[in-house]
Formats: sequence, structure tokens, C-alpha cells
Amino acid sequence: MAQNTNSWFREKILLGMSTRDYIISNATPANFIAMVILAYAIPVMIYRLFFGLGPATNLSDNHPWGLWIGFDVLVGIALAAPGLALGTAVHLFGMKQYHHFVRPAILSSLVGYIFAVFALLFDLGRYYRMPYLIGYSWGFSSILFLIGWHFFLYINICLIEWSPALFEWLNLRKYREFFSKLAIWATIFGVIIAGGHQSALGGLYLVAPAKLHPLWYSALLPVFFLLSAIFAGISMVIVESTITHKVFKSQLKNFNEAEYNRLVIGLGKATASALFIYFILKIFDIAHSANWAYLNTPYGYWYLVEILGFVLLPALLFAHAARKGKAKLVRFTGFVTALGVILNRLNVSIIAYNWYLPTSEKYYPKWMEVALTVGVVTMLILAYRFIVNRMAIMHDHPDYESTH
Amino acid sequence: MGIDRREFLRRAAIAGVALIGGSSPAHAFKNIDKATILSTGNIANERNWKLYEKTKDIISKERYGVLVDTTRCIGCRRCEWACNEWNKNPNKPIAEFEKSVVGKDDVFKTIRRMHAGNFTVVNRFSSSKDGKPIYVKRQCMHCEDPGCLASCFVDSYRKVSMGPVLYLPHICVGCRYCMVACPFDVPAFEYYEALNPQITKCTFCYDRIIYEGNVPACVEICPAEVMTLGKRKELINLAHERIGNNPDKYIDHVYGEQEVGGTSWMYLSSVPFDEIGLRTDIGTTAIPKFSESFLFGVKMFEIVGAWPLVFGAYYAISKARKKHTASHETSTEEKGESHGTKH
Repeated sequence: MAQNTNSWFREKILLGMSTRDYIISNATPANFIAMVILAYAIPVMIYRLFFGLGPATNLSDNHPWGLWIGFDVLVGIALAAPGLALGTAVHLFGMKQYHHFVRPAILSSLVGYIFAVFALLFDLGRYYRMPYLIGYSWGFSSILFLIGWHFFLYINICLIEWSPALFEWLNLRKYREFFSKLAIWATIFGVIIAGGHQSALGGLYLVAPAKLHPLWYSALLPVFFLLSAIFAGISMVIVESTITHKVFKSQLKNFNEAEYNRLVIGLGKATASALFIYFILKIFDIAHSANWAYLNTPYGYWYLVEILGFVLLPALLFAHAARKGKAKLVRFTGFVTALGVILNRLNVSIIAYNWYLPTSEKYYPKWMEVALTVGVVTMLILAYRFIVNRMAIMHDHPDYESTH
Repeated sequence: MGIDRREFLRRAAIAGVALIGGSSPAHAFKNIDKATILSTGNIANERNWKLYEKTKDIISKERYGVLVDTTRCIGCRRCEWACNEWNKNPNKPIAEFEKSVVGKDDVFKTIRRMHAGNFTVVNRFSSSKDGKPIYVKRQCMHCEDPGCLASCFVDSYRKVSMGPVLYLPHICVGCRYCMVACPFDVPAFEYYEALNPQITKCTFCYDRIIYEGNVPACVEICPAEVMTLGKRKELINLAHERIGNNPDKYIDHVYGEQEVGGTSWMYLSSVPFDEIGLRTDIGTTAIPKFSESFLFGVKMFEIVGAWPLVFGAYYAISKARKKHTASHETSTEEKGESHGTKH
């Protein structure tokens, strides 16, 4: 029996290698960098838990939310939208040609949400009371309540969507069949739930009309967050597939580059339309609130950098690349778009927040906040790689027929 | 036992700061003992909440408030002392408070705000009319429709019929969204408490005002009769009466009558309010109104919008099933192959 377990462990976890071989195979420069990052990040996590938010962060009574909310949650969740974008396209709109992108996208949503919530735990003063949200005390009037519940539901939805890969790995055919049938329903509810909370993340700042800079504050904040989550999601599919097709090349059988490029260009087209709609809405919003005068201020210049450099420019680049059939340019623009979404979330949560305070009183993250954030991102990548190396994410499982 | 642990953690935190070499951010908390003021383990909020649980059915249903006449304040800081004393916050002898308003240690040199260990502060501004100092006491405004209450995702605030906005520490998860939502930047967080940090804020001395004839600690000690406790409606009349009687002395505005939907604490001033640290750009819409319509929209989307999606999915599934059976009838090998080349 013991030997049996051992061989299971060896087959499934160590990829069929002996423990020694497995460790040797992992002695790579990338893993070394990850080790160094975690050597900083994990002590920081412990330090935060033992000494509190005051010593570990630059947060203050004027700046209650910093990098951990701004980056780990707002950026993290926006970039974890691939599951929403592709799940919808393939399962609901029947764009079957994209089905090979679906499993990586769902996995990135799953790990994205789990690690966003993991990072959030460090930001909560009494993290151990997180379950209060589910069954002890309900704040129905709060947008944060909506977000909390939606996170909880969406993680479960992602688990269901991802579980066929898990059960293929564990060779549990019956469970796999059952959860494959559930997956489409999970996708439907995933669209509703993800749409609800992506917009609600923007809605969080609706209650701070006097604190957020007028160029960023808008009654349309939820719409902006939802739309940008959609193009963030698609551009992340482009970014991830670019990276994973390089890193996990050995896993791709019968890889057809021309076909793959054609699909990537299709993604670029979709992103371009979302970006154009977003840009036009942004202009309408400035016009509606008559905020033109703010554009000619330092904050206005920064706003223009975001809206011209990271919304209009990628939209034009995508359109150009799609017309000329340049897959490489689409991939590059995918990176630019994702960067733009990061910039937008940090602008709303940190830079344009409490904008009227003098620069000396503004918040900037402490090194420990940065270390924890980088550490969580590293953990996310390691978890993603761990799963991709073991389960049928990048390819169909040879023993099972495709569900799509 | 609780104090021992807290004291231990506090010392550990101080040691830890020295160890990790965290240079204190310039913007944060100058000139105050951070670890003391930012984690006091204050039980005033909890005590008031427990009292509220017992008394909520028997207290007056009438809405009360306080009118603060900033033209009368002499900046003695006795209200700060009395507040600390009553709420068991870190305190100094009253003589030190009186000494601290002039000279080298003048606390008024910087504009201060409330922190976990002080529920009220007095700030000094210079009058744009005659250059004389104007002193402004700040504390929780006890909004009629509070943003903190609506923003709390575990419902750990209450608006009491008498006026106070109370905070319930035993539910709070410490997300600090109430601090984002508060237009007056009132709630403060115990940043230096590692295990059990809470929000703290002024309680309107709920534990005093519910007893007939008692007034909040700050109101009671004030030697210049700056503050008047009374029924909110009567206070608004009183305020307008004072403005009417002295139109040269006051500007014609009662701060808090309309701001963010009205507040229980209201202010009178001789100069525009934005010159004495009270924001005039916060509007008259109650903060919860900004999120209400969105929440309604999401609910509608999720309830109404869900159905077409569900039917669409059902359609997609049945179509896929038809295709599935059809392809099974032809050849399974072919199907496997076509999937292989699709990449």
C-alpha cells in the first residue's frame, strides 16, 4: 500500500521522476529568482501577521487602501478576466475555433482569483473574520458585500469549470463526465457573476465622489471597469498564450502556427472594438461632466497618458495589425493594453485618490508592500506552472475526447 | 491579560520597526507616538454598542444634534482632554493641553486629524476677514444617512434614532472601506494592533446623552459655550436665528444642515467653510445614494439578464448534443483526428 501511494505521488506530482531527479530538473535560473523573491515575501507575510498593518505598510488614516487593494485585488481581478471573456465566446457564442484557449484562460482566472483573495487576507485587519461575510452578518447596502459574495461564488464557478482537467489527471472518469456537464452551466452563471463584480469593483469608488479626481470619478465607473475588464481579459489571453506557447512548447502537439496566428489576430479585433467603445464613452463622460478644464493640469496630463497612450493607441495598433494580418504586432499591443489596465486601476485606487492632498501627504507603497505583492504574483505563476505541467490544460487529454 | 498581550505586541511592533528599518513615512503621523495613538485597544465604541443593545427600545426617538459655533472657540483644547478622559483614550494632564497651544510646542502648527487614540481634535486657521485665529473642533459628524454604515459589508454600523452613528467592533472585519466612504475622513484604524485591530470614532457620547440632562463630555467642559446640544430641528432654527441676528459676524450657511444629506453635528462660521478645513465640495447628496442605484442595476441585470443567458445556454447544449449524437453515428475516429489538427 505504501509503495502504491509512493508511486502515485511519483507519477502525478514528480512527473514520473525520482525525488532527486525532480529536484535537479527544477534547478533552473527562473526557479532561483522565484526562490529569492519568496525568501523576501514570506517573511514579510509573517511580519504583517505578527506586527500589524502599521509597521508593514505605509497605509494611514487618510489612505486606508494602498497597493494591496490597488494592485493585488483591482488589477489582479481585471487581469483574471480571461475565463470570463473566452468562456463566454466559446460556450455562449459558439466560437468553437477558440476552444484550445479556454482551459488556459479558465485556469488563469481560477489562480488569479484565489491569489487575489489570498493577498486580500493580508490587507484585512481581522482576516480570520472573512467567513462572517458568508453567514454571520450581511451588509446588503454595501458594494463590497456584493463583491465579496461574487468572489466566493466565482471561485467556485472557476473550480467547476476547471475540474474536468483535475479529474482527467486523477483518472476519475465518472466525476469528469459529471463536471463536464456542469461546466456549461457554471459558465453561464460565471458570465453573470463576473460581469456583476467586475463592474462592482469600479462601483466601490462611487461612494468617494469628493476623494477621487473628477477625471477618474464618474457615475459610469462600473461600466468603465466592466468594459476594461473585457479588453483586459482578451489581451491577457493574447499575453498568456504568447508566453505559454513559448514556455510549454513541448506540450503542444500538431501545433499549426498559421492557424494560431489567425486566431490571435481575431482576438486583437475583439480587443480593438472594446477599446474603441471604452474610449468613446470616456470622451462622452468628460463632455457630460464638463471636465475639459482639468485636462490642462498635471493630473490631466497623466489622464491623457492613460487614455491616449494606453487606450486609443492600442486600439489603433490592433486595428492596423488586424487589417495587415500582423500577429506579432497584436501580441505586442496585447502587452500594451494589459499595462494600460494596470495603470488605470492604480490611478483610480492610489494616484487619483485623495488628489487634493499635497504631494508630501500622498501614499506610496513601502518596500514590504511591494515585496508581498511580487511574492503573491510569483506564487500565482508557480501554481499555474505546477498545474499546466501536470494536467491537460494546453492540450486535450489523450484518454478523453474533447468536450468542446 | 488583554492589555498584557497588547503591550507585548506594541513593544514587539516598535522593536520590529527598528529591526526592519522602516523609516517612518513623512506623510504619516509626525510628532505622535505612533504605536500609542494607533493602537489603544479602546473599548468606548464597544461599550456604547453594548449599552445601545440594552437601551435601544427605551431611548428617545427624537433626533438630537450639536451646533458648533466656531466664532466662539478659544482653542483651549479642553474638549480634547475631556473626550480622552471619558473614553479612556491616552491622555495628559489638562495643564499640558493648555500649554500646548502657544510657543515652541504649538500643536496648531499642523492641521491634525482624528486617529485611533483621539476621537476629536481642534485645529487653528487664520481668518481671511481680520487675520485672527479661528479654532475648529472636529469629530464624527454623525450623518443622517451615513456613508460608513452603507459601505460596511458586514453591517457593523448603526444609526441610532437619537442621532449617534455607532460602530460595532465585534463584527468588523477591518476592511477599512468605511474610511474610504466617509466624506469627512472620520473613522480611524488601529494600524499598530496586529491581531484585533478595530475602527474607532466619536460615539456622540451615547452613554451620556441618553440620560436626561446629560451632554457629551466635550460639550460639558467647554468654557466658551461653543457647542449646544439639542433637538436637531431646533438647532437648525437656532443657527439661522444667530445668523439673522448677526449677519456681519456669520456667513449665511449652516454647515451640516444639507451637506451629504444632513449631519447631526452642524457648524457656524465667520468665513467660508473651506477656509477652516470643512470641505464644501462634498455636495448635498447622501453618500449611500451614490451606490444605491448601482446596486439596484446589478440586481436587475442578474435577475433579468440571467434568463436569456440561461436559455441561450440550454439552446447551445441541446445543439451540441444533437451534433454529438450525429457525429457518433458517422465515425468516432474521424472526430478524434479532426480535434488533433485543430491547433
